Amino acid sequence: MSTTSKRLRTLTAMGAVGTTVLVLAGCGARAGDETAGSRTSAAPSCVDTSGDTIKLGFLNSLTGGMAISEKTVSNVLHMGADEINAAGGILGKKIAYVQEDGATDWPTFAEKTEKLLTQDCVAAIFGGWTSSSRKAVKPVVEKHNGLFFYPVQYEGLESSPNIYYTGATTNQQIIPAMDFLASRGVKKLFLAGSDYVFPRTANAIIKLYAAKLGIEIVGEEYVPLDKDDWTSQVAKIVAAKPDFIFNTINGSSNVGFIKAYYDAGLTAGTTPIISVSIAEEEAPAMGHEVTGHYASWNYFQSLKTDTNPKFIESWKAYPNSSGVTSDPMEAAYISLYLYKALVEAAGSFDVDAVNAAAKKNTITFDAPEGKVTLDGDNHHISKPGHIGQINSNNQFDIAWASDKFIEPDPYLESYDWFPADIRKQLVDAAG
Amino acid sequence: MTKSKPWISLSGIGLFAVLLLAVAPLVLTDHWLNNLGKYCCWAIAAVGIGLAWGRGGMLVMGQGVFFALGAYSMAMHLTLETAGDRIPGFMVLYDPLAPLPVFWEPFRSTGFTLLAIVLLPVLLASSLGYALFKRRVKGAYFAILTQALAVALATLISSTIRETGGDTGLSDFKYFFGFVLNDPANKRMVYLIAAALLIVCLFAVWQLYRSRFGELLVATRDAEERVRFLGYDPANVKLVAFVVSALMASIGGAMFVPIVGIITPAEIGAAASILMIAGVAFGGRASLFGPALGAIAVGWGQSSLGSTWPDGWTYILGLLFIVVILFLPNGLSSLPARFTAARRSPDRQPAPAIVAAELEEARP
Repeated sequence: MSTTSKRLRTLTAMGAVGTTVLVLAGCGARAGDETAGSRTSAAPSCVDTSGDTIKLGFLNSLTGGMAISEKTVSNVLHMGADEINAAGGILGKKIAYVQEDGATDWPTFAEKTEKLLTQDCVAAIFGGWTSSSRKAVKPVVEKHNGLFFYPVQYEGLESSPNIYYTGATTNQQIIPAMDFLASRGVKKLFLAGSDYVFPRTANAIIKLYAAKLGIEIVGEEYVPLDKDDWTSQVAKIVAAKPDFIFNTINGSSNVGFIKAYYDAGLTAGTTPIISVSIAEEEAPAMGHEVTGHYASWNYFQSLKTDTNPKFIESWKAYPNSSGVTSDPMEAAYISLYLYKALVEAAGSFDVDAVNAAAKKNTITFDAPEGKVTLDGDNHHISKPGHIGQINSNNQFDIAWASDKFIEPDPYLESYDWFPADIRKQLVDAAG
Repeated sequence: MTKSKPWISLSGIGLFAVLLLAVAPLVLTDHWLNNLGKYCCWAIAAVGIGLAWGRGGMLVMGQGVFFALGAYSMAMHLTLETAGDRIPGFMVLYDPLAPLPVFWEPFRSTGFTLLAIVLLPVLLASSLGYALFKRRVKGAYFAILTQALAVALATLISSTIRETGGDTGLSDFKYFFGFVLNDPANKRMVYLIAAALLIVCLFAVWQLYRSRFGELLVATRDAEERVRFLGYDPANVKLVAFVVSALMASIGGAMFVPIVGIITPAEIGAAASILMIAGVAFGGRASLFGPALGAIAVGWGQSSLGSTWPDGWTYILGLLFIVVILFLPNGLSSLPARFTAARRSPDRQPAPAIVAAELEEARP
């Protein structure tokens, strides 16, 4: 027998073996088999509630480009866990946390979420920063019916039975910022953002609202997250002569933008910027060049509330602390206490029981930004809107405040300028 | 060197098959089985790199490009399968009124998707390889060029956010050719497909290594001019190896998507492409099993050491890499051969061939 036909025979045999393996293995559910719910096949939870501790997972990027921001969130979660433990824990159980590194890599976020839920058997996961990381985590927590607490302001238009959002949705940060601009008589607005999901979506909403407010958008520029050079985009801003800049740039790219802006001769006096990702943590890196510009957040270190002084003091005393407090870390701090309140209202760590307790709409927490209330239907919290102006100490002077706490409205259902057909498409697509 | 004892390689492949297809599903939890599936995808790409680099002397630094062709073809199909008649959610977010981009349309078809996973890398690699090898581009120039392609593609994907999902990538797939991905039984099936494909790829390169083509490939690596003088065209020999390695990278990428559940430009860019090379070098680029084992080892290190020691893991990888390059230039899989060689005849070492190739490569 020739070698060629022998080889052919071996190949055929291998093919046959392969096919058999697949046929034997392919006994799972097919499309259409499953009932309405998407997690009918989720394995029963392996969370152990018999001991005197309860395991929680913290998932933050400790390495990679986002580490500079997310390490702070990780740290404040550790501080919150220590505080809760010192006060007796959750339902009498001390928090034992498992810290995982998301490594600024979205598939890693998905992998670690699965590990925390199925290997470490944590009762809930806290963390994430970028919308991309949240979108990577979402299908995994939904598949395993886990809980994920996300602490950063984001683009909205999302909700999940397995995610709680303690940062602002668009009607608590973007829309207040636009109201502020309208109150200042802004007529021509320029949009500058990083090229990823949050700025793109935020700007889509800004454009819709601007049309309603009579504000003209005179330009829109994006630069990838990891690029710092804004020189040519700033030249376009100079040419467009806007009254104000809406800045949705994220991360260290802001430093390059603010520098190029200043070097082009643009200042807060001539053409101010309003940012949604520059807080107390980031401002020092930009020095005097950012002084006088604005930021829209819910929490500022300079807020005068009953609980804020204690929060600032605890943070300053905490090991490895940066010394300043900011909105995302405050939202992470809230998330841990909100979970405690939820579990204690439910009397159980069970995910369905926790969600049922949320549905009663009675969960509140005296946060450093004020008393926030959880909306049990969309899993977001009420927040005050604030605009701060950066002073020479890299702190924010409050320039504008919403007259009351803003109820979360992730799908912008109470805003008539948001087209109903787009909302429907989004809800449908989210499935 | 493998020619004399084919049964060793064959039983090695058999052992690999038993471990991956029978033992692993029995002893590993669903989570670790899924992780192993991910490492298998990298291993499939690594087997191809072993062929092109280890045997062919072409330092393919941009396999992420071909990995991406397979991965994004698969991801587009799964996204459309999940979306049904609707436009995928992320596209609505960026521009609610625009239609589905035209190049997405054919990926609705299962047949087209499977064909694309095979044909796209073959077409790209043949035209690219033809242009480069006929012009005798090699060594560092070839490496830099392939690497630049990976960077360019990752940047292109990042900046076309509505068409490709940009930096966030494509994720949240519900079905895999009609199978519900949330079902653990189906996840095991996807793992088994990846593992079986790895075995098939190992078998295929083993056959290639044993063939006359394999001899010619090694000859081209070690003395391209002499091969030319003998009347062969080295460009054609290299082209075949390059195209096969591209195809394997694409298959690895395609399986990566249902297993990991997300694909982003970061998984196909420069760093990812280099990590694929690192696994191959670590395991032993010219050996049959080295590349696959190296890729699995690096993947495992990333999952487990990266968990216990997030800051330290990359340093460990770097250190291991230096140690292997310095003391074991043919990778960990040359360890047994080294021991035997040292014991039997201290003057015969298996290393020189590749060192010679390295010198050849260094010349422009």
